Amino acid sequence: MTSWPILSLVTFLPVIGALFVLVIRGEDETALRNMRWTALFTTIITFILSLSLWVDFDRSQSGFQFLEQRAWLGAFASYRLGVDGISMPFVILTTFLMPICIIASWGVKYRLKEYMIAFLFLETMMVGVFVSLDIFLFYLFFEGGLIPMFLIIGIWGGQRRVYASFKFFLYTLLGSVLMLLAMFAMYWHTGTTDIPTLLQQSNFPVQMQMWLWLAFFASFAVKLPMWPVHTWLPDAHVEAPTAGSVVLAAILLKMGGYGFLRFSLPMFPEASEFFAPMVFALSVVAIVYTSLVALAQEDMKKLIAYSSVAHMGFVTIGIFTMTRQGIDGALFQMISHGLVSGALFLCVGVVYDRLHTREISAYGGLVNRMPFYAATFMIFTLANVGLPGTSGFVGEFLSLIGAFKASTTLAVLATTGVILSAAYALWLYRRVIFGEIARPELAHMPDMSVREMLALVPIIYFTIHFGIYPAAVLDIFSASVESLLSGLGAAGTAGLAGAASAL
Amino acid sequence: MTDLLNSLPLTVIGSELVLAASAMVLLMLGVFFERRNVEVVNTLALAALAFAGVLVVSMPEGRIEAFGGAFIMDGFARLMKILVLLASAVTLVLSNHFMRVEKMARFEYGVLVLLATVGMMMMISANDLISLYVGLELQSLALYVIAAFDRDNARSSEAGLKYFVLGALSSGMLLYGASLIYGTTGTTNFSAIAQALAGGEAGLGLLFGLVFLISGLAFKVSAVPFHMWTPDVYEGAPTPVTAFFAAAPKVAAMALFTRAMLAPFSTIAADWQQIIVFISIASMALGSFAAIGQRNIKRLLAYSSIGHMGFALIGLAAASPDGILGVILYMAIYMVMTLGAFACVLAMRRQHGAVENVDDLSGLARTNKLMAFVLAMLMFSLAGIPPLAGFFAKYFVFTAAIKANLVTLAVIGVITSVVGAYYYLRIVKVMYFDEPSGEFVREPGEVRFVYVLSGLFVLGFVFFARPLIAWAQSAAGSLF
Repeated sequence: MTSWPILSLVTFLPVIGALFVLVIRGEDETALRNMRWTALFTTIITFILSLSLWVDFDRSQSGFQFLEQRAWLGAFASYRLGVDGISMPFVILTTFLMPICIIASWGVKYRLKEYMIAFLFLETMMVGVFVSLDIFLFYLFFEGGLIPMFLIIGIWGGQRRVYASFKFFLYTLLGSVLMLLAMFAMYWHTGTTDIPTLLQQSNFPVQMQMWLWLAFFASFAVKLPMWPVHTWLPDAHVEAPTAGSVVLAAILLKMGGYGFLRFSLPMFPEASEFFAPMVFALSVVAIVYTSLVALAQEDMKKLIAYSSVAHMGFVTIGIFTMTRQGIDGALFQMISHGLVSGALFLCVGVVYDRLHTREISAYGGLVNRMPFYAATFMIFTLANVGLPGTSGFVGEFLSLIGAFKASTTLAVLATTGVILSAAYALWLYRRVIFGEIARPELAHMPDMSVREMLALVPIIYFTIHFGIYPAAVLDIFSASVESLLSGLGAAGTAGLAGAASAL
Repeated sequence: MTDLLNSLPLTVIGSELVLAASAMVLLMLGVFFERRNVEVVNTLALAALAFAGVLVVSMPEGRIEAFGGAFIMDGFARLMKILVLLASAVTLVLSNHFMRVEKMARFEYGVLVLLATVGMMMMISANDLISLYVGLELQSLALYVIAAFDRDNARSSEAGLKYFVLGALSSGMLLYGASLIYGTTGTTNFSAIAQALAGGEAGLGLLFGLVFLISGLAFKVSAVPFHMWTPDVYEGAPTPVTAFFAAAPKVAAMALFTRAMLAPFSTIAADWQQIIVFISIASMALGSFAAIGQRNIKRLLAYSSIGHMGFALIGLAAASPDGILGVILYMAIYMVMTLGAFACVLAMRRQHGAVENVDDLSGLARTNKLMAFVLAMLMFSLAGIPPLAGFFAKYFVFTAAIKANLVTLAVIGVITSVVGAYYYLRIVKVMYFDEPSGEFVREPGEVRFVYVLSGLFVLGFVFFARPLIAWAQSAAGSLF
């Protein structure tokens, strides 16, 4: 197909944009406007370029496409890029959300230049994670993203930003370094760092698989995050600026789920099967416990953060059922949650920009003054709950089918999460949107501006589009998921039996 | 006379001869030129270092021995010598302005740096317990003096004295160890010791000797439990001197450590490996935990250097070509990072004088964007975050440790590196998250040049790593 390095372009274009932002001089209004537009143009061009992946992607092929290869560190690691049906949607999700993040940050004035540069670098790192086909290159991007995110939370965050940024950085780092050691062990055992080769000859001894699996789990469980290592997430979400929360919820969390599907499941099938009951147990706790915690929150962002942890529980259940439905569901749930949770954080950002508080009790009766806002917020609340017709439904439904196949008990327990999510999400909606206008300052709140709508309307469209026509996304996964499952082969079915008896 | 000259292996010791001769000539010049002698001496010292570098580079390939095998020149020595010469030259450049402003510009400084460098070159090439000791002492004596170079300052004098007393103790231990090794093997030459130990059997006397030798060497690389002098000396010595201590002698001592372990004792590797594993773990742990509470940035960097020596020793503990590749790359990258970091510390100067506290950096991202950015990248790099150079330094030592099946060491290593990340992040936090507390005066051009160069290296390493790794690989191969 295309002979030019499309993946490298998509990955590194934001850095080039960042260099342009860097050379803009001055702090006056014109300079700030130029910085915003440069960043916006960069992200939009990146998005348009990435669409060619969507168009040219051969959906019948299970292997990696758009391959690129360059020697880099000699024997130790090489620069290999490529996407398959599992990673490609995440690339598009990232490039799609970045322009929206830039639009949502239009009001930022404080150290705007650094802000835009940090976001553009972050985009490169995030895309890089999904397109790299070398374990060390993957690690490089995976951890390199910590630097801009640390600065974003720490510089533009709220009151407890320093605490939140340190917690975010150190938690994630601790998980990742263990993964790095596991990668070394894999390299010395197989003599290659190439992901496709490792996927084909995943013949690690069982004992070794267990350790490797645990090391990768340490990293991805923190990133996803799974209970009980989720505690960095509410802090990071609450303190991060709106766009930072969007990126965190929509993309950074997905790296964990992506990692499970890219490494843990295909490379360590026996270990995955062995640890699946533990993952199920942790996921169920995550779903039930964090949903209950979400009910008790006073802070809107914190509530959505806990709801993210609960929703990620469905993802891990789906992945480790090792069934077609489960994995499809997990992938769909990740894409959908990327859209919906991102949009919910944007919705919180809209009112936060007006009132500068995230306390739920500070709001009430917004529907009287902000009808458009109420409608938008409602769509995303319902998508978050998993209403049929929205993308949220498809992911949860498929993961639960997978869970049902694995174990009825598991499915029953996980399904309570759906009910609980309806409880906290709708209750949040009632408290913020309905009722009388409780406080005088709420009476003069203007409805959403064109800019804010511009950020949210595309997400509304895709939320509903994917809800009604999920095949648009599922088709992309199918070949790759199929080959993943056939690779698991007998191990997969045996795993199901094991999981069922364990629960 | 000509016979003597002809018998000298000039091609092998050319660079050392140039440095030693220049040191003596410059001593004379310094006395005769009454005015501007400091500038002249420093410039000529730089030229001597550059010339020595050219000589090292133009030396014939392969392994050459001299003085009956006491002095050796191989790929490893060549690379390490270039690093040391580079570090000495950069320190001289960094010192100029500081010494002038602090009114301690004296021509002896350049001479002493040259003499210390000769000692380091000797250490790197030492292939005999005697040449090892001679090189080590020449280096140490010069360092004791420049630690106390700010002679009217109590802190600086204390640093020099403390360094001298503890250094003398460690030299004593080293000598005692060397005598035991000589006593049991009957030779001081590394190759001959290796032959004597070819059976892989180590008697009790030899093991005692080995332990004392390692203690002495551990003192020189400031590894735990022989690190006590480091924070005080780093804090007390004038900042450019501290920069020098943190870079060149560390590289030389680590090179000496590596050769003194591998060349004579490779057959009894299991006996010394466990000692190295222990001091490596202890250094990493102390380096990362003790630095957390530090307010003074020089002291903080002292603990940081203790930790980094622990990481570099992981490579030595692996005792394999991969491990030595790790040591070489670690020291090279560490040297550049540390010189950059100290260039930033030198740039911390207000109207009333130099400041050294971490809090003095607050809000630097608003007042001096370039320096804040470079220092932040250096800190992330020291913490080992990809894609910066510091990550690759750790990458190669850990990969060697995993290959050598030292999994516990590697796990402890990465966990301490996360703990260590905390205090590096604190510096970034102070610069980027806090409000400015006042501006620094504009730093001299050469200081800015050094930190920018170091920042570029740290950021760009990921792109040009390949030739450097290949070079280090062939250097590591020359030891086996």
